[in-house]
Amino acid sequence: MFTSVDDVSARLAETGYLASPAVATTVFLADRLGKPLLVEGPAGVGKTELAKAVAAVADARLVRLQCYEGVDESRALYEWNHAKQLLRISAGRDESWDEARTDIFSEEFLLTRPLLTAIRGDEPTVLLIDETDKADVEMEGLLLEVLSDFQVTVPELGTITATRRPFVVLTSNAGRELSEALRRRCLFLHIGFPDEELERRIVRLKVPGLSEALTASVVRVIGALRAMDLRKVPSVAETVDWARTLLALGADTLDEQVVRDSLGVILKHQDDILKAAAKLDLDAL
Amino acid sequence: MTTPPTPATPSTADTAGAADTADLADSADLADTAGAADTAGVAERLTSLVAALRAHGLRIGTGETVDAARAVEALGLADRELLREGLAATLLHDLGRRRVFDQVFDLYFPRRVGGPEDASSDRDDLRDRLAEALAAGDRALLAMLAAEAVDALGRYGTGAQGGDGGGPGGDGWSSYQTLDRLRPQTLLARVRTSVRERDGATGFADRLLDDEIRRRIEAFRTLVAAEARRRVAERRGAEEIARRAVAPSADRVDFLYAGRDRLAELRRTVQPLARKLATRLAARRRRAARGSIDLRRTLRGSLSTGGVPMKPVLRRRRPARPELVLLCDVSGSVAGFSDFTMLLVQALHDQFSKVRVFAFVNRLDEITPLLVHGTADPEGLGARIRSEATLTAWHGSSDYGVALGEFAERHADSVGPRATVFVLGDARTNMADPNLPAVRRIAARARRVYWLNPEPRAQWGTGDSAAPAYAGLVEMHECRTAHQLSALVARLLPV
Repeated sequence: MFTSVDDVSARLAETGYLASPAVATTVFLADRLGKPLLVEGPAGVGKTELAKAVAAVADARLVRLQCYEGVDESRALYEWNHAKQLLRISAGRDESWDEARTDIFSEEFLLTRPLLTAIRGDEPTVLLIDETDKADVEMEGLLLEVLSDFQVTVPELGTITATRRPFVVLTSNAGRELSEALRRRCLFLHIGFPDEELERRIVRLKVPGLSEALTASVVRVIGALRAMDLRKVPSVAETVDWARTLLALGADTLDEQVVRDSLGVILKHQDDILKAAAKLDLDAL
Repeated sequence: MTTPPTPATPSTADTAGAADTADLADSADLADTAGAADTAGVAERLTSLVAALRAHGLRIGTGETVDAARAVEALGLADRELLREGLAATLLHDLGRRRVFDQVFDLYFPRRVGGPEDASSDRDDLRDRLAEALAAGDRALLAMLAAEAVDALGRYGTGAQGGDGGGPGGDGWSSYQTLDRLRPQTLLARVRTSVRERDGATGFADRLLDDEIRRRIEAFRTLVAAEARRRVAERRGAEEIARRAVAPSADRVDFLYAGRDRLAELRRTVQPLARKLATRLAARRRRAARGSIDLRRTLRGSLSTGGVPMKPVLRRRRPARPELVLLCDVSGSVAGFSDFTMLLVQALHDQFSKVRVFAFVNRLDEITPLLVHGTADPEGLGARIRSEATLTAWHGSSDYGVALGEFAERHADSVGPRATVFVLGDARTNMADPNLPAVRRIAARARRVYWLNPEPRAQWGTGDSAAPAYAGLVEMHECRTAHQLSALVARLLPV
């Protein structure tokens, strides 16, 4: 899919995703080694966006499995369409039991869910398993077979193997420790906060109307906030939100008044706002 | 901020992703160190890197090593930073070990071999150039200066006078000595002025400048430390240095020997750790709730199916939220351990119906309210406890006998039959009476009593330690690191 690491960054940048060297390298390796990619990191640094960008670059279909507590086989893998099977049985006439049985357990009555869909397709596919840590431990066991051999076993049909391996991205917020077995099957990528230079480029890309000097100031303030010991440090998403807010407010430089009024956009806890205000020498809030 | 052109010295290319001539020169160096670019050399280097990582407790299987080798093949040796990311992606499984990995990687895939070529610089010249690099915030330049500084100022032993090349008698390179002579922290004012002259005072963001420069200086210090480790490793072999000089990840640091900054780093992990433990406790509760059938509700449900019980209804257990009592020794020797554990328990407080925390040195006092506010400002917690609670009588050393006796006498009502008591401390009584009857009284009232001891098991009972005596009465566990603590908490906390 990609020829080199630079190729990855360049092509991701075309779709509007600016990748750090770590991200580009790992995506390149995931493609080369044919292994799933496990992406961890704080909320709002672009984990899900990465999968979407890769799909756009590779001109592939994006199949998404959103995990939640209680997601199970019938939601993730496949399910038999019971209602249709019943209809088929009652509509059936003079035929033997064997014929009816082989008929109702055929492809026609199979409802494919994301994992099976991604494996069965012939076209290039990016499989995004989002927020894996939200799913139960049992779900991980199910993923193991899919991720190591790219095959799914349906008892009535046999084993279905991928004709074309999908590019798999798993994301996790580290809400729960994923099992060692699952981690071993994946390449691990931690997306942290970008460095100043990269973040400036991201802001300029997403909010082109903001002046260069103001962008630099915004990124510096965000950097200072991240160094503080806050309950929820601002993420890239918040940086972009703040930049948009400043643009909407028509501010052309940062001053105390503007920062004080818009601090709520970047910090989500009252404790954090008070603490940041004290450290940034803003007067009484 | 503009990045000046990459310096011409072949060995300084550190700018990730830039494939310029400097990088190619770098690759030649790297290939040299890896044994003239032959694959056997790289494979050997890779396996010894893996061995060193395993020695630090990373679980890396053969499969991962093979993947790492395939990654090296796919990426080539041309760019060191890409190689670092590639190996990290294949060998690591979580972020916690990245710090260890980076240090070991620097030893086995060094930026270059030997000292820098133009090592003639003296201290003042270095300081001038360092100030410029700090003002520009140029990481590549800082890395080069770190190499030069270690070479010029960090040498100790018999070869200490040598400049270029150096005699084989030199015993090593010390980052401490380098930083002590160079004093990068004193450059702050100078760098500030030069940045202000260049950019002008840029309004609001200007007030952040000091902190930014401090962070850059801190980054320079780590660069110097890495460089000194690399130079020593060249002399004594990477294996030994990787084993001895690489700092372990924060959760494996001994509480008793952790410095201020490591403890601060640990405190930042309290919230994520608490979240993980909470989900583990919830899972245990769910499992514990399965099993017995609620007969009344099953029969009631069977009426709709003509009296045939089609769906068994399981009895839902009332979530009995247990009570927790913490007795913490906060005397100097174990304060780091106690503080961390208190914060962790406070972060878990919604898992329990009641959490009460008592602190003692040789008097005992309740500090639960202090702790509730303490989560907002964990650094100041220890100081606040010591200033606001009455913990010491006429002397300042810990006395378990008196403190436990006081608890059994005055606060016995806080321990009910549903309460689990955790005692945190090293059980060193300073030769005073351990007061075993008090412990017996507490153990008789509580549901369970656990004692978490931050000392290694081998030291229990040595000197003035009354650990074996207490361990005979209550269950005592060794709890030296945050890693051990989280495992113990997950296992011992009542559900």
